[in-house]
Amino acid sequence: MIAFTRRELLRKSLLSGAGLFVAFHVPRKAGAVPQPAGKPPPDPNAFVRVAPDESVTVLLAHSEMGQGIWTGLAMLIAEELDCDWSRIRVEHAPAAPVYAHPAFGMQMTGTAGAMARAMLVRAAAAQWKTDAKRLRTENGFVLRGDDRLSYGQLAVAAQAQTPPKTVKLKDRKSWKIIGKPTRRLDTPEKITGKAQFGMDVRMPDLRTALVARSPVFGGKVKSFDASKAKSVKGVEQVVQVPSGVAVIASNFWSAKLGRDALMIDWDPGPGANVDSAKLLESYRAQAKTKGTVAAQQGDAEEALSHSSKRVVAEYDVPYLAHATMEPLNCAVRLADGRCEIWTGTQFQTMDQMSAARIAGVAPENVSIHTQFLGGGFGRRATPTSDFVSEAVQVAKAAGVPVKTVWTREDDIRGGYYRPMFLHRIEVGLDDKGRPFAWKHTIVGQSILAGTPFEQLMVKNGVDNVSVEGVVDSPYLESVPARVVTLHSPRLEVPVLWWRSVGNTHTAFAMESMIDELAWAAGRDPLDYRSALLAEKPRHLRALKTAAEKAGWGKAAPKGRARGLAVHESFGSIIAEAAEVSVDDHKEIHVHRVTCAVDCGTAINPLGVEAQVQGAVAFGLSAVLQSEVTLKDGRVEQSNFHDYQVLRLPDMPEVAVHIIESDAKMGGIGEPATAPISAAVANAVYALTKQRLRSLPLRLA
Amino acid sequence: MRLNVNGTERQVDAPDDMPLLWVLRDVLGLTGTKFGCGMAQCGACTVHIEGQAVRSCVLPVSAVGTRMVTTIEGLSPDGSHPVQKAWADQDVVQCGYCQPGQIMSAAALLAQNPEPTDQEIDLAMAGNICRCGTYQRIREAVRSAASKRRAER
Repeated sequence: MIAFTRRELLRKSLLSGAGLFVAFHVPRKAGAVPQPAGKPPPDPNAFVRVAPDESVTVLLAHSEMGQGIWTGLAMLIAEELDCDWSRIRVEHAPAAPVYAHPAFGMQMTGTAGAMARAMLVRAAAAQWKTDAKRLRTENGFVLRGDDRLSYGQLAVAAQAQTPPKTVKLKDRKSWKIIGKPTRRLDTPEKITGKAQFGMDVRMPDLRTALVARSPVFGGKVKSFDASKAKSVKGVEQVVQVPSGVAVIASNFWSAKLGRDALMIDWDPGPGANVDSAKLLESYRAQAKTKGTVAAQQGDAEEALSHSSKRVVAEYDVPYLAHATMEPLNCAVRLADGRCEIWTGTQFQTMDQMSAARIAGVAPENVSIHTQFLGGGFGRRATPTSDFVSEAVQVAKAAGVPVKTVWTREDDIRGGYYRPMFLHRIEVGLDDKGRPFAWKHTIVGQSILAGTPFEQLMVKNGVDNVSVEGVVDSPYLESVPARVVTLHSPRLEVPVLWWRSVGNTHTAFAMESMIDELAWAAGRDPLDYRSALLAEKPRHLRALKTAAEKAGWGKAAPKGRARGLAVHESFGSIIAEAAEVSVDDHKEIHVHRVTCAVDCGTAINPLGVEAQVQGAVAFGLSAVLQSEVTLKDGRVEQSNFHDYQVLRLPDMPEVAVHIIESDAKMGGIGEPATAPISAAVANAVYALTKQRLRSLPLRLA
Repeated sequence: MRLNVNGTERQVDAPDDMPLLWVLRDVLGLTGTKFGCGMAQCGACTVHIEGQAVRSCVLPVSAVGTRMVTTIEGLSPDGSHPVQKAWADQDVVQCGYCQPGQIMSAAALLAQNPEPTDQEIDLAMAGNICRCGTYQRIREAVRSAASKRRAER
């Protein structure tokens, strides 16, 4: 990555006539990846450049996978810099060192903008021979009365100024850009086909490789015959790598035909015994036994034994593939003791270390050129760096620069799924219908087990990612006797975080159960939740907003019913009301989803709306259609015809209401995925009185 | 063989069975047309042949013949096609990978049916998957491109 010394920076900055550069650090978020405490300030990974031509460019090494980070970060910078928004551009950060003043030790992205602004003001003060305090800035100019100097005019002189040690950020009352609906900055290249994704990386000597991987997870190559594959026109080499057999060709089509012609004898290993239907039954049995305690208060068993009314329910969710639109790919060039990588990844630091180990070079000799990501949803952040590691292995074995490309079949059958989970919940109600005893058992694979993060992140046998959304549930807080335990079976099927991570299943279980309790208590689901969340003003406000905007309490259109759910994740609270109908073929249709969002400050409301609509759509695929099943260790689905996802005709009207909030800023890409499953299931119950407890939802 | 792509006659050296998609991407270097599924299920590879939306991932290049192929790169010189403008206006894109295919499907629809009903929009766009879930804004963009055309006439 980018490593340079302070002295080197200063030397280069003197040589540079290109304008003002300020470097800063933006933390990368990849699922539940830990940030070790007590670490020195991180290296800069982002830059802002003010150029003599008046352009302001934000250079980011960050993964733009649709979440709008380019636009959001640029807005934070532009706000503090007081620049002209129409002049702002975002580019992928170059891999080489940049002449930049580091805004070290400053935690907020906006500080880089504020620092650049301060240096421009200092440059103007020097030119006017006045005190910087007498100057102000506006829309790309430094002003002194009627005199003005543009940022472009000051850019070169500003670079020679000493950076301030601290800067003050604007008060939110004076924000002009933050909070304003703003269109994305990456649209022009994305609507013309010019945006370069990893898949689009081309170089004259770059070959394409397809890897034949074991049809059973954990299987190994016993032997293979490549003679037919090698006779395919365009195929240049066939090499064995740890994950299988790679066919290297001049183009994709030849590599594919070559791979189709491979004859491989596999040793499937114990993975051949995995059968997801049987596995679910074994989870059901395990859920009746106590697992590792994740949270406990009082004696739930004892309290349950003398409850007058008990509700028991089991909820289950299947394995899910991410099915990003851009299938995985990774281009690697190994030469002169260096490893260069072009790919769309969410997890550069881990990939860099893995690549270095395989290539036999120092991590600083690995450069990752991050391309646009054709969707991430967690799949491009693997603790084992699976697709990057494999590409480096292939390039190493082949001795030529290679881009590995996954087909859709490779993707759907390639593992790293959202794990299958089962929840068994037993609740005792008091005479007012409120839960007073809660026994909750969760069964499912740990995402972090077996990864480099296990030691750091799995505490006392509990992977928090498996229980988030239950152990921290606002409902459980007020239940006097409660216990949450966890079984984490270890299996050959690789699992991974999937948009909204553990909340994908915990929100389904919790918000379905609360709905069941409301009906059991004979209460309206909104009133029931409101009573339980009386001490949670943010939840309450989100819930009431969604309900009111959805017309809760008023009759739904004929043949339709509504369901509610509210869930907090990634620091944001989202309530959703779904309006559904069921057709003659017992197919569930979701017509409208009304969302209320409290994510703290909404930097870009237009982006928040897009993320919430998208997250609901992503969740609906899992609610209505998608599942990965295994039989004899083999994945039964392969492409979009049998791993179905939401299509445009099934997209509901999603209304997004952003709640004004000065709470700490939360995430917005993931949280709206979590509550949609329960909102729909609860609506289906209201309509049909069938309680569906398995995803995808299927009416009997 | 010869291929007419975006108004230019190109000499192409490719096996007959190579899908048009890979000829465009790997032989001609036109990477705006995307690979998503390889079996005409997702629409990321949509191009126009004589104005019709076609999934290029399953069309052998030898079947194209002398017909005119238009890709996203040739839809307009500068992103100014009414559908592209509507996409920008509605702030449709997220990751952007499926959008060239979405835009090509929408442009073909509006060329043949300038005033589609919502149902016709749903039907024409059902073959294009977007995992980011931009469908709602896609719908809005197609409607607004259609109504702009109406207003201009």
